[in-house]
Amino acid sequence: MAKYLLLKHYRGAPAAVNDVPMDQWAPEEISAHVQYMKDFADRLEGTGEFVDGQALAPEGTWVRYDGEGRPPVTDGPFAETKDLIAGWMVIDVDSYERAVELAGELSAAPGAGGKPIHEWLELRPFLAPSPTVTECH
Amino acid sequence: MNEALLRSLTPSVLGILVRRGADFAAAEDAVQDALVEAVRVWPADPPRDAKGWLVTVAWRKFLDATRADAARRRREDLVEEEPPPGPAPAVDDTLQLYFLCAHPSLTPSSAVALTLRAVGGLTTRQIAQAYLVPEATMAQRISRAKRTVSTLRFDQPGDVATVLRVLYLVFNEGYSGDVDLAAEAIRLTRRLAAAIDHPEVAGLLALMLLHHARRPARTTPDGSLVPLAEQDRSRWDTRSIAEGVEILQTALARDRLGEFQAQAAIAALHADAPRAEETDWVQIVEWYDELTRLTDSPVVRLNRAVAVGEADGPRAGLAALSELDESLPRHTAVAAYLHERDGDLDTAARLYAEAAQRAPSLAEVDHLTRQAARLNSRE
Repeated sequence: MAKYLLLKHYRGAPAAVNDVPMDQWAPEEISAHVQYMKDFADRLEGTGEFVDGQALAPEGTWVRYDGEGRPPVTDGPFAETKDLIAGWMVIDVDSYERAVELAGELSAAPGAGGKPIHEWLELRPFLAPSPTVTECH
Repeated sequence: MNEALLRSLTPSVLGILVRRGADFAAAEDAVQDALVEAVRVWPADPPRDAKGWLVTVAWRKFLDATRADAARRRREDLVEEEPPPGPAPAVDDTLQLYFLCAHPSLTPSSAVALTLRAVGGLTTRQIAQAYLVPEATMAQRISRAKRTVSTLRFDQPGDVATVLRVLYLVFNEGYSGDVDLAAEAIRLTRRLAAAIDHPEVAGLLALMLLHHARRPARTTPDGSLVPLAEQDRSRWDTRSIAEGVEILQTALARDRLGEFQAQAAIAALHADAPRAEETDWVQIVEWYDELTRLTDSPVVRLNRAVAVGEADGPRAGLAALSELDESLPRHTAVAAYLHERDGDLDTAARLYAEAAQRAPSLAEVDHLTRQAARLNSRE
């Protein structure tokens, strides 16, 4: 039982095999893609492995504290930022192998020409609760 | 309203329904419905015979559901009257339920969820909250698990070892939410120990009690981990320790050693030391040798290296560690600790920082980072 984050990048991931920007797909290819993502999430709910999935708008704002009594400073977005997250899915699975299997399926979502995108997804384990039984240190 | 009593009755009520011929999945739903009704009705109108009440209501719920089901297929009524109660082999039923819910055909997470619901009497919502997943996901996990086991025969003998692994998971890997999973694991293991005479069941129960006893001293109020050597031992629960030790001694006297008894023996030796410096590390190493023979697990060998470091000095510990695969979880943390004991503080600081990067839990990340910072900020 472990939770993993599947991260989908707008930018920053290695190039996908079927690397065509979405605005150059046929409209029905976009529909097929959206349907695939939805079916995938539904199926994971059915297997009892789905925790959460969200998409993010591409543009965000950088914010930081600017001292007592002052409003936070905002800046950006910065076009040069290398990494840009498009969205995520959180799964709760029995093993790392299962997490890899599911990420592989998600990466097979259809894109241009109805063919799988083969996009690179980033798989990150959650930090777990600390176990009760630890005899070392 | 005594929720603990209510939940403790769950497995025997479920067992009775199944013995009366109800299909497991339907019976389990009916018992949950009866529990919900009990929570609603009992405060104003408590029954004299709580179990009898639950059996009656659960059976009625089962018949209603079956009838509704049947009515959809063919308009025909099933047997109206309740069958005679008959002899209720409560202990046997409970044991069978443990076997069924931990059946090897289930994945570990499904077995945990099903055990907590069907044996523990927790609601799906409580289990979902305890494991931080949506209720709909947990409901699916449980209903799939029920489908998986519903084709199995209820009276098949099972394997105690698989049940123990599931209970250990509940105890050791639970998130902390409203439901105290460690306490729940102890309750379920205690119940199992009453249903079956088995030294490893006793060993696991002892192990849980001995570790649970340290819980008040394991973390600071802000949630930081306190290493065993630095724990305030006056905060350990002596009653829980005494019970764990007694259960363990009885089990060990049977001379059928298993890994849980050996682990509990190590925990008991720690519990036995009034101060960390008085720990009998030589005996602890011997128990780790036993454990290595029993399981040959790399995690055991790693813990053994720590014990060797205490018994024979950090150099010996590092030598034991050097035989192990460096990719093992917590390997770097152990190396850092042993190097610090050996007086090589620069190496220790570097390894603590590296171990923090690889630690599997947030509390360990924070703890190891603090160790690195402590060494880095020394004068």
